[in-house]
Amino acid sequence: MTALIEIDGLTKRFGAFTAVDSVSFTVARGEVLGFLGPNGAGKSTTMRMLAGFMTPSAGTARICGHDVQRESLAARRCLGFLPEGAPTYPDMTVEGFLRFVASVRGYRGGEAADRVAHAIGLTTLGGVRLQPVETLSKGFKRRVGLAQSMLHDPPVLVLDEPTDGLDPNQKHEVRRLIERMAPEKAILISTHILEEVDAVCSRAIIVSRGRIVADGTPAELQKMNPSGRLDDVFRDLTAARTEAA
Amino acid sequence: MRNVWIVANRELASYFATPVAVVFIVIFLALQGALTFNLGNFFDRNQADMGPFFNFLPWVFLLLIPALTMRLWAEERRLGTIELLLTLPITQGQAVVGKFLAAWAFCAIALALTFPFVVTVNYLGRPDNGVIATGYAGGLLVAGAFLSIGSALSAATKNQVIAFVLGVAVCFVFAVASYPLVTDFLAKSSPALAEIVRRLSVAERFQGFTRGVVSLRDLIYFASFIGFWLFLNTVIVEHRKAD
Repeated sequence: MTALIEIDGLTKRFGAFTAVDSVSFTVARGEVLGFLGPNGAGKSTTMRMLAGFMTPSAGTARICGHDVQRESLAARRCLGFLPEGAPTYPDMTVEGFLRFVASVRGYRGGEAADRVAHAIGLTTLGGVRLQPVETLSKGFKRRVGLAQSMLHDPPVLVLDEPTDGLDPNQKHEVRRLIERMAPEKAILISTHILEEVDAVCSRAIIVSRGRIVADGTPAELQKMNPSGRLDDVFRDLTAARTEAA
Repeated sequence: MRNVWIVANRELASYFATPVAVVFIVIFLALQGALTFNLGNFFDRNQADMGPFFNFLPWVFLLLIPALTMRLWAEERRLGTIELLLTLPITQGQAVVGKFLAAWAFCAIALALTFPFVVTVNYLGRPDNGVIATGYAGGLLVAGAFLSIGSALSAATKNQVIAFVLGVAVCFVFAVASYPLVTDFLAKSSPALAEIVRRLSVAERFQGFTRGVVSLRDLIYFASFIGFWLFLNTVIVEHRKAD
């Protein structure tokens, strides 16, 4: 197993506030790592640093062996990133937006068209191909964001809340999509929906107040509370820390 | 270079996907026409040149160009698309230059649509079309200078109103730097500074172009002016992108 995502001592401070406190983990090919934690625990900040959008206060992150700060472009070529809230340009059509991403990713002509068609197929966006993104519902917008992240078939996927705002059927679709891609990729997904961990993740990390408080397979995490329920484990770990502080 | 082109293309297409393009061009042409014909006495002067047109051009740009640039980066930040754009495999410099070139190309289109003035002058008399051509070139450079200021200021804030007001204010400073209002004041307090400020004035440099004079010095001035603000723009994007 080779680690495609390597995070080592990653820290982000905003003034006196430490949003991410020396977080370290790796994700290997074939792994789907669930990144759990209450709102404001530092999940998005960690992902932003991993994507090279935020500069860490300390620590390093590597994607496919490329340091995200020093070899930023090489790292970004290996990465498919869905930012929080799945932002897209509202006045562009779904296809126009994906064509733009394809050309930035270096595809031209027929190959670009194939890539766009493939991404539209994977995320079942065919019916709204020519609609401006701003006219779409939340679930469709999220899928446009997903299509953008997997368009170039990257070895590493970092998805910030990929199923947020989707209805149960769409959630199921996205999870199946992630499962299908899982064997060849290293995937990091953040979520606060705990059922998702059981459904798609091979491993999960729980963060609270910027620190990792648990790391293991879903089965291992469930054993941490006598009830055997992930909800209880999550509450034990994250609520206790909030009160203690 | 290819990435600059891709970013510029997307940006330019977005002007025309929204009412921005139509509103901007219509207001620009209406304002420029009204000022040239009414305040500028275009016909009464009985001269076949475009003097009044070019005299008003920087002032119309001063008002309208910050309206064009205010959204360049502020909008990306508000929508969160900046996080997408800057995590794609392009450098910040490429994104900055691409957006600037799109806005500049758009200004060139707006400027090109003033061609009826040129036709009118040529129909009524025998103007020096060389002077008109250099005037247009100068106008485009003034637009570029104001765009680079506006773009940099847009990167500094998430709020488009602030970006607009700051843009107008800073462009105004560079427009009036050669006017007696400023130079007289500075000449009394610090004569050395007065000369430097006068040379930094965009309007002063533009004057040469409207008389048909294109000097290398003025071209270098505009190139370094735009270069400086775009560099500043890149630095601001780097430091403030994630705020």
